[in-house]
Amino acid sequence: MNAWLTAEVVESAWQARAQRAWFGWLRFVRNPLALAGLAIIVALAVVALFAPWIATQDPFAQELTQRLQPPSAQHWFGTDQVGRDLFSRVVHGSRITLYIVFLVGIIVAPIGLAVGAIAGYAGGKVDTVLMRVTDIFLAFPSLVLALAFVAALGPGLLNAVIAIALTHWPGFARLARAETLVVRSSDYIAASRIQGASALRILLRHVIPMCMPSVIVRTSLSMAGVILTAAGLGFLGLGAQPPSPEWGAMLSSGRRFLIDYWWMPTFPGLAIMLVSLAFNLLGDGLRDVLDPRSE
Amino acid sequence: MSGPLLEVRDLNVRFDTPHGLVHAVRGVGFALGREKVGIVGESGSGKSMTGRSILRITPRNAHVTAARLSLEGEDLLAASEKRMREVRGRRVSMILQDPKYSLNPVMRVGDQVAESFLLHHKASKAQARERALDMLAQVRIRDPQRVYRLYPHEVSGGMGQRIMIAMMLVPEPAILIADEPTSALDVTVRTQVLAILDDLVTQRGLGLLFISHDLNLVSTFCDRVLVMYAGRIVEECAARDLEHATHPYTRGLLDAMPRLNAPRKRLAVLDRDPAWRGA
Amino acid sequence: MSFLDVRNLSVSFGRPGDRMRAVEDVSFSVAQGEAYGLVGESGCGKSTILRAVSGLNAAWTGSISLEGTALTPRRTLEQHRRVQMVFQDPYGSLHPRHTVDAILGEPIAIHGMGDANGRIQRALDQVGLGRAFRFRYPHQLSGGQRQRVAIARAMILEPRLLLLDEPTSALDVSIQAEVLNLLSDLRRDRGLTYLLVSHDLAVVAHMCERVGVMRQGKLIEETDAAAIRAGRVGEAYTRRFVEASAGYDRAMAQEWETA
Repeated sequence: MNAWLTAEVVESAWQARAQRAWFGWLRFVRNPLALAGLAIIVALAVVALFAPWIATQDPFAQELTQRLQPPSAQHWFGTDQVGRDLFSRVVHGSRITLYIVFLVGIIVAPIGLAVGAIAGYAGGKVDTVLMRVTDIFLAFPSLVLALAFVAALGPGLLNAVIAIALTHWPGFARLARAETLVVRSSDYIAASRIQGASALRILLRHVIPMCMPSVIVRTSLSMAGVILTAAGLGFLGLGAQPPSPEWGAMLSSGRRFLIDYWWMPTFPGLAIMLVSLAFNLLGDGLRDVLDPRSE
Repeated sequence: MSGPLLEVRDLNVRFDTPHGLVHAVRGVGFALGREKVGIVGESGSGKSMTGRSILRITPRNAHVTAARLSLEGEDLLAASEKRMREVRGRRVSMILQDPKYSLNPVMRVGDQVAESFLLHHKASKAQARERALDMLAQVRIRDPQRVYRLYPHEVSGGMGQRIMIAMMLVPEPAILIADEPTSALDVTVRTQVLAILDDLVTQRGLGLLFISHDLNLVSTFCDRVLVMYAGRIVEECAARDLEHATHPYTRGLLDAMPRLNAPRKRLAVLDRDPAWRGA
Repeated sequence: MSFLDVRNLSVSFGRPGDRMRAVEDVSFSVAQGEAYGLVGESGCGKSTILRAVSGLNAAWTGSISLEGTALTPRRTLEQHRRVQMVFQDPYGSLHPRHTVDAILGEPIAIHGMGDANGRIQRALDQVGLGRAFRFRYPHQLSGGQRQRVAIARAMILEPRLLLLDEPTSALDVSIQAEVLNLLSDLRRDRGLTYLLVSHDLAVVAHMCERVGVMRQGKLIEETDAAAIRAGRVGEAYTRRFVEASAGYDRAMAQEWETA
């Protein structure tokens, strides 16, 4: 396997791609912080996937005799004001966090990429119109716009996700457009045009692959902000609704218990911080690997 | 003083890279007097690195060693960084290839020339300005007062290079190293810039080290030619004797070049002999 | 009837009121199988002419005819097939994320030609690159190898006219010799016609039979390689250009100063 990955003479397109990915991975792994970020996110995914088995108890089971218990052998993170096990709630909350991150990512990146690349490549009126639309969305502070959408659409997790996505895509569009403008005047694009390539082919096979590294890095770095925004919405009661164990909502309801029962807001808060940090580290690591290649 | 201005013996430059140790310059030795010496080589031959190691402006991961590297008798290898800062510009200057990249884009060009003077001489701003104007006139810029106030993006390539020359010669160094100074210029502009350089070298008794990939240009402009390959000097001769060069690499280069005065059906392809690396 | 006929070609850039004429009323023709060189210094318009002929720039006036039929500013697929181009910078003319196989396969896919595998193999053989290069990425190739891939890409559509924009300016002398020999061989073996643009008069005189000298958008003189070598040129500017290209001469520089 190792021989196949490091072979001098490459026999197929598939092997070439695999080798490229392998060398990219080796470069990534040289950065311990980036690796730590990746590890945390993988752990998040594992915890979310196996939540029912990792959680020690039912996250919704109220046990009023066990209210506000500090961390112990039975309740690793303690209990909340209605006696629910905090550890299990945090673990199940990871599913919600992952859901938010994933959904926002797959909405925002493709839309932003498409709008930006088309605007950048087409130029002229198309560019102007698309960029003004982008500017309109960019003009609103993200939390405020999210609040407005949620107020219009009603509270709930899916609406919160849509609201967050709507505020984040313009940044990607700007980025993709900037990359496209640089790429557009390259000789390899000129060569494709001389061969008779259509604009669609050039966009899909030439321009977008060159935008991908920046978009990937930005996606990872944005996720940190997305998680915080979602937590903010949850905090204000506009995201996931009770009794859902969303971390931001838990932070909100635990706020007034901070002084005497510190464990209530602290553990969800730590979880938010840890995952945000992990996405930031991963994004930085990806940027070192993907961006200007000094090969 | 008698004797060469610059003496180099057994110069070696090695780099630490992720792929291992790279030996970019291997045992290079030459002397430079008040003359024009050209160093010719293809990419990777080590010619630029040789020029930079004289000024000790090599990258951080480079190790420079030499049996002798002395400027008018002073040992440059043993000099401290502080001493080297005094040497650079004042005793040895360097011109680079593209004035677009070597001039500060946010400073007026005249100010850059004046600054070069002030770095090495105690003088007032007005005196520095006078010297700068004088120097601009010496590089045959017709309206020094007007050009003084221009920004680098407002001047053409040829003028930018003349400004570079002015900037590098205003502190009156003993030696000038020119790394591909005319490669980014049109042919007709090139001739004029080289003429200016030629005259300044003769008038001031400078030593000029002319680094280039253009064998034809070097053989017509310089007094002596050094040919580099894979970090070594493989040929050393007077410029007018280049046609009678003996080393197979030099002969190969001469045969591979298309020449206006020597038409050929096919250009001879250079056959690289691994033995040249150890020559 | 000439193979490539350019009549009264003019190209301007910029907005109305601030237009710059890059090419002004240029006319020349190239015979079939001939190599025609356009020389001049930077800003003379030679590359602009090439871009107009290639179809990259559609904003020109005048006429460009290939084998008798006029080329439209917006090209058809068939017109694209007949005219191909090799660019100056070997580091910029290949997509950094595509393998050589993908780069060569693209024109085949665009034009719906069959036998992709065979064609790619033959194209690589034609330019002297072996099987080992097929799945490499551009950053794994040297400058000369990249330029060979660029030539293979241009050849794969079996064009009739090949446009060469300073094809060896960025290459070392020894590599340049190989690439120029390759181009000469291809022209001979496949009966191609070349339009070569360069600032290097020695390269143009070596590769081309006839030469057009350009200055500030105008074609000031048309001559042939033999005349250039012999110094039999008409215009004063051409004379300066030829003399300067031969190397440095202090006396010559002096002559220009006093002129």
